[in-house]
Amino acid sequence: MADLFPITLLSLQVSILATLISLLIGLPLGTILALGKFPGRSFLLSIVNTGMALPPVVVGLFVAMMLWRSGPLGDLRLIYTPAAIIIAQTIISAPVVTGLTAAALQQLNPRLRLQLYGLGASRAQMVLSLWREARLPLLAALMAGFGSVISEVGASMMVGGNIRGQTRVLTTAIVLETSKGEFERAIALSAFLLTITFLVNWALTVIQQRGRS
Amino acid sequence: MTALIEVRDLLVRREKQTVLEIEHLAVQKGEVLAVVGPNGAGKSTLFLTLARLLKHERGTIHFNGTDSMSTLEYRRRIALVLQEPLLLDASVRENAAIGLGFRGIPRVDSDRRAGHWLERMGVAHLADRSARRLSGGESQRVSLARAFVLEPELLLLDEPFTALDSPTRARLLEDLKAVLAETSTTTIFITHDLREAERLGTRMAVMLNGRVHQMGEPREVFAHPADAQVAEFLGTTLG
Repeated sequence: MADLFPITLLSLQVSILATLISLLIGLPLGTILALGKFPGRSFLLSIVNTGMALPPVVVGLFVAMMLWRSGPLGDLRLIYTPAAIIIAQTIISAPVVTGLTAAALQQLNPRLRLQLYGLGASRAQMVLSLWREARLPLLAALMAGFGSVISEVGASMMVGGNIRGQTRVLTTAIVLETSKGEFERAIALSAFLLTITFLVNWALTVIQQRGRS
Repeated sequence: MTALIEVRDLLVRREKQTVLEIEHLAVQKGEVLAVVGPNGAGKSTLFLTLARLLKHERGTIHFNGTDSMSTLEYRRRIALVLQEPLLLDASVRENAAIGLGFRGIPRVDSDRRAGHWLERMGVAHLADRSARRLSGGESQRVSLARAFVLEPELLLLDEPFTALDSPTRARLLEDLKAVLAETSTTTIFITHDLREAERLGTRMAVMLNGRVHQMGEPREVFAHPADAQVAEFLGTTLG
């Protein structure tokens, strides 16, 4: 278990970065989908909602094809690197954050926007006020986004390759140990994965509930 | 007297239907114009159009003699109180000060000014409480304080008492009347309640089917309805 620490660290680095990139994409996109009025908005929302249920192996396949040496982005030499896992995990969690952001903002009273404008808010101030008002479900969106990537294995395995010391993360290590019949090691890794997932979500929940009080 | 706001030849259409058509409407500085009419008369459309929250197809809205002001600049000279208080999930004080925050007023000043208006509206003791824990009447008082703290040139009120019970409504109406008299805030007050309109308005406009049928002092309007439709709405007879 000497490599437990680097595996855990890489898992956290990759999943936290993918979640933060998803937040940068999902927060504005979800806001536009929730508040905007433009043709095709419902269709786009349906696409995002479908994306929330994207199977990680399908994402893994798509990203692997893109990053494969002979693929369209092969020259970037990203296949079997942590960057490839981050790309795949971002594709998995961005629809989750986007869809839940849109839902969080749509559940607010639509007249609240009128009220904020009527008090002299600029468009940016109005959006910031709505984000603040929906901070509890928005933090839940962040937790769901993180949960969707820290626990996935298919995409990480396919685009990362589970290379020891380079792209091995907790989930791919669990698969490997199980396939070798090393159940004790697999259980220990699983317990560790659950513990860090709990700790990250606990920290986010504390922030969320402090906002409530 | 100078008109603070003057509307000419205004046309608003929704889904190809004309919902508001006003030839001329002027509100003088310091005046409280009560706009009355049944549901669907176009009162709320007028309210939203005057707040520049709804686009009009034709016509002009002059504010202090100009119609070339940017929407943001215009909105920062008015304040809005809607039927629902629509307070944010924050303290009462933060809610009262939010409009000042939008205008970049420093926190110390905005807290002091918010405190003054919460006091004036009789809810200063609730300043540190969460706005989610207020009664309907308290919430509407905070909503009014949030508007008055901006010292607006024009105050727009859209049926602010509708959701309140009778005693609460009566007390709030009296307090609002006193504040309006004290501050001489130019106000447009949308209501379907004729008694409220008569109590608060220095003038009254009767809207029916998207048009202003009559405008004048409340007593005059009640005594001499302009046509049969106005008389029917007011429950009086043509005189």
